[in-house]
Amino acid sequence: MQTKKIINDGNRAVDEMLEGILAAHPRHLKSVDGSPRSIIARDGPRQGKVGLVIGGGSGHEPSFLGFVGKGLADAAAIGNVFASPPPDPILECAKAVSGGAGVLFMYGNYAGDVMNFDMAAEMAAMDDIEVRTVLSTDDVASAPRDQRQKRRGVAGNFFIFKAAGAACDRMLSFDECERIAGKANDHTFTMGVALSPCSLPQTRRPNFEIGPDEMEIGMGIHGEPGIAREKLKTADEITDEMLDRILGEMAPTRGDKVAVLVNSLGSTPLMELYIMNRRVKQRLDDIGVSIHASWVGNYCTSLEMAGASITLHQLDGELQTMLDHPCDCAMFRAG
Amino acid sequence: MTTIDTARLVAMFARIATAMSADRDRLCALDGVIGDADHGIAMELGFSAARDAVAALDVGATDPTTLLNTAAKSFLNAVGASSGPLYATALMRGAAAVKGKTTLDDADVVALFQAMAKGIQDRGKAEPGEKTMIDAWAPAAQAAGEALASGKDLAGSLEAAAQAAKAGAEATKAMVATKGRASRLGERSLGHMDPGAASAVTVIEALRAALTD
Repeated sequence: MQTKKIINDGNRAVDEMLEGILAAHPRHLKSVDGSPRSIIARDGPRQGKVGLVIGGGSGHEPSFLGFVGKGLADAAAIGNVFASPPPDPILECAKAVSGGAGVLFMYGNYAGDVMNFDMAAEMAAMDDIEVRTVLSTDDVASAPRDQRQKRRGVAGNFFIFKAAGAACDRMLSFDECERIAGKANDHTFTMGVALSPCSLPQTRRPNFEIGPDEMEIGMGIHGEPGIAREKLKTADEITDEMLDRILGEMAPTRGDKVAVLVNSLGSTPLMELYIMNRRVKQRLDDIGVSIHASWVGNYCTSLEMAGASITLHQLDGELQTMLDHPCDCAMFRAG
Repeated sequence: MTTIDTARLVAMFARIATAMSADRDRLCALDGVIGDADHGIAMELGFSAARDAVAALDVGATDPTTLLNTAAKSFLNAVGASSGPLYATALMRGAAAVKGKTTLDDADVVALFQAMAKGIQDRGKAEPGEKTMIDAWAPAAQAAGEALASGKDLAGSLEAAAQAAKAGAEATKAMVATKGRASRLGERSLGHMDPGAASAVTVIEALRAALTD
């Protein structure tokens, strides 16, 4: 049985989406001439500023290009659905945003992204653009704690890119931008849960099987299996299960401050996300951790997958300054 | 002794592309078990792009190296993902291995084939046993070399490669993934064939058929 989608042609879905996005956000975004999969901020790149290029596969909207704009990322390279972009569009982004102070590549830690972005970085070096890379590895479920560098980067990208974008926008040095990006990653922890599968536009078949009364804890944002298949529980029980793992790693102490992201994987509605957010607040109140800011909604989706992720971003003075730094993107505004 | 010219390589890409289209849904289903279910799409897209790019070349004025580099670039730009860099590197290394030749004899084709496998291994930094496409490509390259050294012709050498690839892919069922998207699964990846190894079998079998049938 085929899944239902509002598309014309599975193979054209990404390009037609990009046409629609550029039509919707002409004040914020444009594509690089001759490279339609390289999207840059109209008001971002400037001389002397470290350029920030993010990117990855399509199907996670508003990630990644929704976070392109003044104060956040200068460009996003767009891949096929769930697939890293090839080196060319990444290189075009790097060239377009290079202000002579270096270019930072930031993306989630997936083998395909690493290979393609590394190839683009080598090509940029031949054009005398210095590129450094900071991978996001916030998905607690995807590897043990002592192998943090192997973890996937998921919805926590939101905070990690935000911190790096602020550092770049404040005209900090390349070293400082890189340091702050890495620090933001170290302070960000995400767990996801999936209730139903997504399906790719080209196949329109569910990309994994899950029973009507089951959930998968630790599911990846492309439908990669998680760490446990369980009977569907209540919102509070699910939230607790996810928070236990996040807090176990973050190990906050009374008086700590965090920012919270409760993210839909695509088809889980705001009602359910706010129910989860209510529980997050209760749990953090119980342990004396205060919430500096919260975001609830679609930030890093997986097509029409049902489910959600919770991210906590542990703040110190510096990360709070970066989080509060204003930004103006096509699909996100702050400050 | 077989002689492979540029036109035969154009036909080879057409054959691989056709095989990938036929295999797309099986590969997506295999990938869905342990990964993100798009491997068949990427492989179909990549080899279709390579087929179209090499079909547009003037075969009379194109040597095998130029053809393989054209295929590499078009595959990479159409796909990205993991398979883009891996197969693009394979094809570029293959191109380098036959540089200066206008036609390929048996030993040239086996050298090209072995360079492809080495390219995939270098780019992916994978070792045999890690449940990746290298578990099909590495034994296939070794088998082709051994068969040729023992006096087999191209058909016999590529037949040995195809058999070894098949056995290698089958063996991935008993492996725990440590690379790529499946690596976070640990023990849960046991019992399932690696989709990259499965598609490697399809590529190698189509390559064999196109060059020796």
